[in-house]
Amino acid sequence: MNIQEAKFEYLLRLGDSSLIIGHRLSEWCGHGPILEEDIALINIALDFVGNATSILAYAGQTEGNGRDEDALAYLRSEREFRNLLITEQPNGDYANTIARQFLFDTYMFFLYEELKNSKDETLAAIAVKSHKEITYHLRHTTEWMYRLGDGTAESHERLQNGLNDLWMFTPEMFDMDEVDALLIKEGIVPDLNKVKASWEKRVKEVIAEATLKLPETTFKQKGSREGKHSEHLGFLLAEMQYVHRSFPDSKW
Amino acid sequence: MDFIMTTYSKDQIFNLLSEIPDPEIPVINIIDLGILRDVKFENNLCTIVITPTYTGCPAMKVIEDDIRCKLKEIGIENIKVELVFSPAWTTDWISEEAKEKLRAYGIAPPDHSTVDKKVLLGKARELKCPLCGSIHTEMISQFGSTACKALYRCLDCKEPFDYFKCL
Repeated sequence: MNIQEAKFEYLLRLGDSSLIIGHRLSEWCGHGPILEEDIALINIALDFVGNATSILAYAGQTEGNGRDEDALAYLRSEREFRNLLITEQPNGDYANTIARQFLFDTYMFFLYEELKNSKDETLAAIAVKSHKEITYHLRHTTEWMYRLGDGTAESHERLQNGLNDLWMFTPEMFDMDEVDALLIKEGIVPDLNKVKASWEKRVKEVIAEATLKLPETTFKQKGSREGKHSEHLGFLLAEMQYVHRSFPDSKW
Repeated sequence: MDFIMTTYSKDQIFNLLSEIPDPEIPVINIIDLGILRDVKFENNLCTIVITPTYTGCPAMKVIEDDIRCKLKEIGIENIKVELVFSPAWTTDWISEEAKEKLRAYGIAPPDHSTVDKKVLLGKARELKCPLCGSIHTEMISQFGSTACKALYRCLDCKEPFDYFKCL
């Protein structure tokens, strides 16, 4: 594997995660618990899809086969996607969504903080831009962790269940393979162990502050790096890609 | 096309493009917002360099189309719009004059970015109501009518208002 191939693979991982979670959040449109939260979630979804657009556009350029961001988003199937498993998990109730967003937003915050220092100028520039937006997402999600965790008995239970169910998808966020090794050597991407340390510390702090318990699951669900996804991704893509695949050459 | 382009200077093009308003906030234009970064003429091609505000901002496409239309009006059709991410757009690029326009329109303008960032992970900022001037205001949601704005309410005049978020 050469640097260009590694970069392409890494950019797919980043872009796909943003795209899939952006899509999941967009499913809340019109169904939010209150109007302000409906708007908040779809604004956050928009940020994620925007980030995915920039990253996947760059991925396409890096690959050099003429695929643009739309071709990558709408014409690949499940086995070709590289998004983290946590991003494709269904929304469930609001507490479950908040749990998922909190775990992922915290990860994004520390990951992109490192990516700002990438020796790859384009990636660094996108990271600088996105990190500012991610900071707002994280604030929003953290506040809801406190509100729901330290809320009523019901909100507390629902949020704890969400955290417990999603915990097994978190170890995968910090896995590294030869793609990472190659790019770390070039100073293009960070060592995820550093991101993991920051993530663990912050997550523990917020969970404690929200009067919740740190989940005890030790099972680690993995596979996204090899395109092995949960059954959810197929249904998600079927919806997301339907219009594009039905009218492949449409423009508006 | 050649002779038409050489009769326009960069300043004139900037002036022309300052007629393009932000699609959501018509009182400010794309120069006020610091979106338009540069205009270049080279070999019959006019390159417009813009920096996007929020990564997912849907208004950017509209702005791009407006730029093309405006230039077409004066006969410039060979246009390339270049998106540049670095340096990253920041609300610090919004002119003081533009901030006043925002306030007059009923949108609280962004604070200076260093102030806002400290506040982001700490306690609430003190924001003045653009309608009555009171600082008895509270945030309803970090996300308002658009991705770039937050929703606040004034506890004195009771009106809601948008705050242009600091980025």
